[in-house]
Amino acid sequence: MKTKLLTAISAVGAVAMMATAASAATLDDVKKKGVLSCGVSTGLPGFSAPDANKVWAGLDVDVCRGVAAAVLGDAKKVKYTPLTAKERFTALQSGEIDILSRNTTWTHTRDTSLGLNFAGVNYYDGQGFLVTKKLGVKSAKELDGAAFCIQAGTTTELNLADYFRHNKMQYKPVVFDTSEQTLAGFESNRCDVLTSDQSQLYALRTKLKNPNGAMVLPEIISKEPLGPVVRQGDDQWFNIVKWTLNVMIAAEEYGITSANADAKKSDKNPNVARIVGTSGDMGKMLGLDNEWGYRIVKQVGNYGESFERNVGSGSPLKISRGVNAQWNAGGILYAPPIR
Amino acid sequence: MADQQNTGGVTMPSKPPPWNDPVVRSIVFQIVALILLAWFFWTIFQNTLTNMETRGISTGFAFLNREAGFGILMSLIEYDESHTYGRTFVVGLLNTILVSVLGIIIATILGFVMGVARLSDNWIVARLASIYVETLRNIPLLLQLFFWYTAVLQALPGPRSSLKLSENIYLNNRGLNIPKPIFQDGFEFVWIALLVAIAGIFVLLRWATKRLDETGHTFPVFWTSVGLFIGLPLLVFLIMGLPLNFEVARATRFSLSGGANLIPEFIALLIGLSTYTAAFIAEIVRAGILAVSHGQTEAARSLGLRHGQTLQLIVIPQAMRVIIPPLTSQYLNLTKNSSLAAAIAYPDLVSVFAGTTLNQAGQALEIIGMVMAVYLSLSLGISFLMNLYNKKMALVER
Repeated sequence: MKTKLLTAISAVGAVAMMATAASAATLDDVKKKGVLSCGVSTGLPGFSAPDANKVWAGLDVDVCRGVAAAVLGDAKKVKYTPLTAKERFTALQSGEIDILSRNTTWTHTRDTSLGLNFAGVNYYDGQGFLVTKKLGVKSAKELDGAAFCIQAGTTTELNLADYFRHNKMQYKPVVFDTSEQTLAGFESNRCDVLTSDQSQLYALRTKLKNPNGAMVLPEIISKEPLGPVVRQGDDQWFNIVKWTLNVMIAAEEYGITSANADAKKSDKNPNVARIVGTSGDMGKMLGLDNEWGYRIVKQVGNYGESFERNVGSGSPLKISRGVNAQWNAGGILYAPPIR
Repeated sequence: MADQQNTGGVTMPSKPPPWNDPVVRSIVFQIVALILLAWFFWTIFQNTLTNMETRGISTGFAFLNREAGFGILMSLIEYDESHTYGRTFVVGLLNTILVSVLGIIIATILGFVMGVARLSDNWIVARLASIYVETLRNIPLLLQLFFWYTAVLQALPGPRSSLKLSENIYLNNRGLNIPKPIFQDGFEFVWIALLVAIAGIFVLLRWATKRLDETGHTFPVFWTSVGLFIGLPLLVFLIMGLPLNFEVARATRFSLSGGANLIPEFIALLIGLSTYTAAFIAEIVRAGILAVSHGQTEAARSLGLRHGQTLQLIVIPQAMRVIIPPLTSQYLNLTKNSSLAAAIAYPDLVSVFAGTTLNQAGQALEIIGMVMAVYLSLSLGISFLMNLYNKKMALVER
């Protein structure tokens, strides 16, 4: 009896110890699950935040919705996991989420040493400063000796240190876990300046009790290209996410919107035809069907619609397109040809 | 059938064959179990390394020598952005140790006071102590920390309108600013004098106890020790010609710069941790005191000892045997609870190393492993010291 028990335990132990082969086919996993696991922020208006009806909305959320529309056919089939800046990469590495769309800056270290790939840029941002108008500060160069509220584990900390070292100024970093806490610290006057990506500053300013009492300084001290992230080792999934983003940008370039997507199906322009799937095998090459682009634009909208709805004129943030406009409209958004 | 030998009329069974011998069997099974366990951990370790390599996640501890690139609000040693990640580890560790040690001291004192107070004959004092213990024990520590942080911050004015506590001591919501002592040549002798004074106090204690045992005469040990502790270094300080300068704070555009600054996060964390743990320690002390037989107190009173003397000489030394093991647990709890500092922006080990450094360097496994090893070592160290003290206090029975 004892020997039988011992053998049984060893057998179970041996099975448990076998190295499980990492399944690299995220596409198959997502199709089997029937839902896309999307990692988002803990609540950043304009990028990923639950709205009044507790439905997640934002620029980053739209990327996930686009991928869901392309892969699963329905933009609503997404499960959102709120993540702090500290946990976001571990959640993606471990397989808890399929895609991280959380205003994450594309940097060399993150691209190479974490086993992750950046699938593109959906917002070109830069780091700025938010101060109270009462301080009478007009430029970032006057901030010597100030206290800064920062979120832990972001490129914000590093850029701030570099900028102040370069300009031979001193500063005091007050480091919090979440952006809500940084806002609370700024409002209670624990720190003089709130620093983060400019888009986040506009979003956070709307949450202040007195939004008009704070102003964003003109200096942008860094480049922050924000984009979705996926795991390395799964090229098919990488392509799907990359081209979902590109097709949203390309759709705006060729004038396809969610309103006229049906009408565009009979458009003879070859660029439009390839996006909506009436010509070519663009979808099949990705491992999807050819209606992928049509579904994305119809259910989520093109890049311009997503921008205006979430962070532009249709939102409280009122951020102008600026550098995020199309390449032929004064900005640097440039989708490679869908052909 | 086992052979039976005749030795003086008593038959004893001979040694059984090895596969039936219980001693041999137990050794064999223990070795097998050990090998299986070692193989299990080795496989897990290798599996993790292989998986990380195939996914392109970098491994190893080389990142500790890379430049950190970020600033830390409070550091006991010299630190700026150009130092390495390894240095951020040390800074975080020192901050954690600082708040843990101070927290343990304050919590012990406060806990003992509250525990004794709860047993007081004075009804109001006893009830107040009960309210303190019951309230603070039953609210989660994180909420208490948030409370103290907001309470401390809201109560204090902004830096432009600092409270001036005295010449050069300012209090505002950026912290308590005191003149920073700058030690000059010759101050080392004052440190040496301080150490000599501490050694002298221990010698004095032993001598006074011996004298008490032999002659029954008491000696004012406490006041002599205080005099020695303050007087000897002060004397050396005066002899060396006052080798001390102070750096005072100046008002700048945003706040005060210069001087030594005690940040409100540190104060809030210290108050929160100490009061919370003191509530638990109070109950442990009360249990210990109640465990001492009432006959001891009655005998002490009949000898004419005052209440304070009874407590100090009779009750508490016996109560310590009951108090010390759970007290060790509370010290360990306090040390580990200090990791909640990340919620209120105090740069302790978890916030600096397992927070910022982890996110910048990206190597979660190594960093979390290091942090876990640190907390394990701290806890083992504290329990080792307490067990030494416990052995000294243990009842020596026949």
